[in-house]
Amino acid sequence: MSASPAIVTHSASAELRFRYATYLGDTSLILAQRLGEWVGHAPALEEDLALANIALDLLGQARYLLSYAGEIEGKGRSEDDLAFLRDPSDFSNLALVEQPNVDFGHTIVRQFLLDAWQLELFEKLQASSEPRFAELAAKALKETRYHYRFSAGWVVRLGDGTEESHNRVQAGLDALWRFTSEMFAPGAADEEAAAAGLGPDPASLRAAWLANVEQVLQTATLKRPADVPFRWFGKRHQHTDHLSHLLAEMQFMQRTYPGAQW
Amino acid sequence: MNSASANFADRVAAPVERAVWRILADVPDPEIPVLSVVELGIIRHVRIAEGRVTVGVSPTYTGCPATEVIARSIEARLQAEGYENSKVEPVLSPPWTSDWLTESARIKLEEYGIAPPAHAVSNPKHLFREPKVACPRCSSMQTAKVSEFASTPCKALYRCSSCLEPFEYFKCI
Repeated sequence: MSASPAIVTHSASAELRFRYATYLGDTSLILAQRLGEWVGHAPALEEDLALANIALDLLGQARYLLSYAGEIEGKGRSEDDLAFLRDPSDFSNLALVEQPNVDFGHTIVRQFLLDAWQLELFEKLQASSEPRFAELAAKALKETRYHYRFSAGWVVRLGDGTEESHNRVQAGLDALWRFTSEMFAPGAADEEAAAAGLGPDPASLRAAWLANVEQVLQTATLKRPADVPFRWFGKRHQHTDHLSHLLAEMQFMQRTYPGAQW
Repeated sequence: MNSASANFADRVAAPVERAVWRILADVPDPEIPVLSVVELGIIRHVRIAEGRVTVGVSPTYTGCPATEVIARSIEARLQAEGYENSKVEPVLSPPWTSDWLTESARIKLEEYGIAPPAHAVSNPKHLFREPKVACPRCSSMQTAKVSEFASTPCKALYRCSSCLEPFEYFKCI
């Protein structure tokens, strides 16, 4: 047997594909759930609809990715099993997306930071060696573009708005900035996926993301917080407490009445 | 990108497949019932193997809640027309684009009160421009976007400055 390194770099194991799919899928799923909490509570009907619509798109991504993960795992777990019957420590979403809504300013900042990241991610994920990832990326990229137009537009309106709106969106940015370094950090499934040609190197997304974010923050008259070392590493299953509370609500029905059907 | 569904029946040689396309042309979209699933441009292929019909359907949006309703209504309709065990399979690539709405769909949308997509996505000169959208009620071009989102993911909310009525606009995607 001749061990060629080329073979190693191009063959991603089923186990790695599962972890990469759940990382991306969990990130979309948890943010969708957070946005869903706004339904009926947003400051205006239009924004209520907007947040619900974005949540739906994210849920669509999650369903696709978790179905694929279940398929590749080969243990007969469906998208629903993965979403509703895993424990918090099994989830590998970015810690950013599990952060609470707090107010519209926080919610918009969280959305904006994530949308700007998904723009770069999906652009490059289209070149994945796994067609299932590439197909999803092409579809999701179109949707992420208008999510981004929405969230970046609001960051500018609120940041460059009244003193009150400026302060609130700056507070959101100050609270959430520390969760952004995880997006580009090595040491999790996305780094291994990059080595196997499944997806982009997480670090390679940072320059474009930062340029984009800084430009919007400047227009919005907001201050970019200093980078700090981060303690949470959601994509390595190290979560903030918020995730358990979110899942307790999201999984309540399936946990209480296992196998319940509509 | 050309509409894959325009003149579909003429392009399909096999009579059975042609018959299936005709049936599909009569299956309405659940959220915009004036349009059929064929006019919406989401039917990607009809295949018949061993007497079983498989219909490839593209979701308009990844999270479109109508996707499952559409799949079930297509299967039920084919069943009712005597095609046993027909199956809908999702097709994600290439992703659906509003360019695939048929000409008749654009006319029906406008009559229904929804402004059709303002331009072809595949036309690069529109890439970085906000589209000019005509009011479906009074045809005025004095309209403004109220929100990127409306009652379904595929539409944006607009307001006409001439007749002052709000209306929905089918987004270019």
